[in-house]
Amino acid sequence: MTNPAPGPTSAIAIACELDRVMRADRGRLISALAAGLRDLSLAEEVLQEAAVSALTHWGRSGLPVSPAGWLLQVARRKAIDRLRGAARDTRKAQALTLLRAQDDAPDSDDIPDQRLRLIFACCHPALEPKSRIALTLRTVCGLTTPEIARAFLDTETTMGQRISRAKAKIAAAGIPFAVPEADQWPARLKTVLTTIYLIFTTGYVAGPEEPRDLCREAEYLMRLIDRLHPEDAEVEGALAMMLLTAARRAARIAPDGASLPPADQDRHLWDVVRISEGRAVLARAVARRQPGPFQIKAAIADCQMADPAPDWPQIAALYAALYRHEPTSVVALNAAVAMAEAGDPARGLAMVESLATDLADYQPWHAARAALLAATDARDEAAIAYGTAIALAPTSAEAQFLQHRLHALNAPQSGYCRIDDGD
Amino acid sequence: MQYMLLIYNDPALEPAYGTPEFEQMMSGYFAANEQMKADGVLRSGEGLQGVETATSLRLKAGKVETMDGPFAETREHLGGYYVIDVADLDAALRYAALIPSAAFGTIEVRPLMDYNPAS
Repeated sequence: MTNPAPGPTSAIAIACELDRVMRADRGRLISALAAGLRDLSLAEEVLQEAAVSALTHWGRSGLPVSPAGWLLQVARRKAIDRLRGAARDTRKAQALTLLRAQDDAPDSDDIPDQRLRLIFACCHPALEPKSRIALTLRTVCGLTTPEIARAFLDTETTMGQRISRAKAKIAAAGIPFAVPEADQWPARLKTVLTTIYLIFTTGYVAGPEEPRDLCREAEYLMRLIDRLHPEDAEVEGALAMMLLTAARRAARIAPDGASLPPADQDRHLWDVVRISEGRAVLARAVARRQPGPFQIKAAIADCQMADPAPDWPQIAALYAALYRHEPTSVVALNAAVAMAEAGDPARGLAMVESLATDLADYQPWHAARAALLAATDARDEAAIAYGTAIALAPTSAEAQFLQHRLHALNAPQSGYCRIDDGD
Repeated sequence: MQYMLLIYNDPALEPAYGTPEFEQMMSGYFAANEQMKADGVLRSGEGLQGVETATSLRLKAGKVETMDGPFAETREHLGGYYVIDVADLDAALRYAALIPSAAFGTIEVRPLMDYNPAS
């Protein structure tokens, strides 16, 4: 289990190595433990205990050949000790049998990657959407509770309670650590992809200056799923959409602080590496001939970056296709804006007006309506609508963008409004 | 794990007796019952008479208070239940989706309390 004669290893070196392993392999270790235990809290507790043991043990005997494998084996033994007392409980007895069988396995770096199962448990539809996000960030990405609380503007206490409630429900309700079977797969995958996309948009709005950039975490998760479950058109579609949207990130805010729609962005600031990777991944997805909403959204993000200007007729057609998969008012709104941009503002405005009841509280509806009123020369009404949209704007960058549009009401128009820019 | 599948529905939305929709619902229940039996997961299950037959009771300071009607005045009422024994929530949800009332009501899936001593 240990190197033959490594010589005395300093306590600091041991602590550093332990810290590194716990950062790099935490998700893999937790998922391997939780898959057998069916209890996330217990998995976290025994891994923590194993880490404490590692400090003394490694300090005395030197670093093991595989630190991660050592931690997994010791954590499993700690779980066996804990469960032994509860062996009369059927489920715990099952977990115990499984753990004992695994205990014979050698402690190599060859830890089975159970993270896909962990992700499906964390993103189970039986959990609240916000809890899915928090739990995924905590257990798969290894963010701390204070980091997650900060990202969602919650107090640490509230977020901590949310995470423990979710973990308790997984254990009590029997949410499996399993990849769903074929009949449940499409719906469950969509929940997972939507959860990760919400992580992405939260990071996109917050900007890259936050201590933990949620866009990077989302990209990491999507790449992980693509690796663990390759050749899935919708997984690839979601990854492509994320890459193509992230590519414009540096260009989305003008030097004066106003947000910019893709058509008005400085193309030199776009990330060419992400664009070409995103396009390649999307091409791979489309070639599988299994269309789905994420592939369509990726194609829309791609068309936003067409040279020299967004391909609006194509975007309008794609939104119409998306509406068949997701018949929501928000998709209809985006379709209407694309229709207007493609050259038919009157029809676009009529479509926007028809959504008034559903979207009266939705800021982008007011912004879109203002832009289309301006485009159809209803300037007084446009000014009032801009006022509402500015008052409801979620960020100061968005408010500033709309202020510019309001001031430009008497000048010629370029684009009408920003759509589908990650928020 | 054992789960109770609680069937809630609004009687106003339920198909009326004698209609083809009612026949379809009944054959749906029959098929669900047969499936659960064939898979060996069905522990028990009953349908309840209408909410107009319900009587509620509580003890207030040791005295029995009896009232006409169900516990909660809601549009959807408990109309029946199944108890099934399956591996996990996903399996329970799969059986819940077989219950015809899911199309016009709500099926609540709750794990049964495990009274096995944990010591």
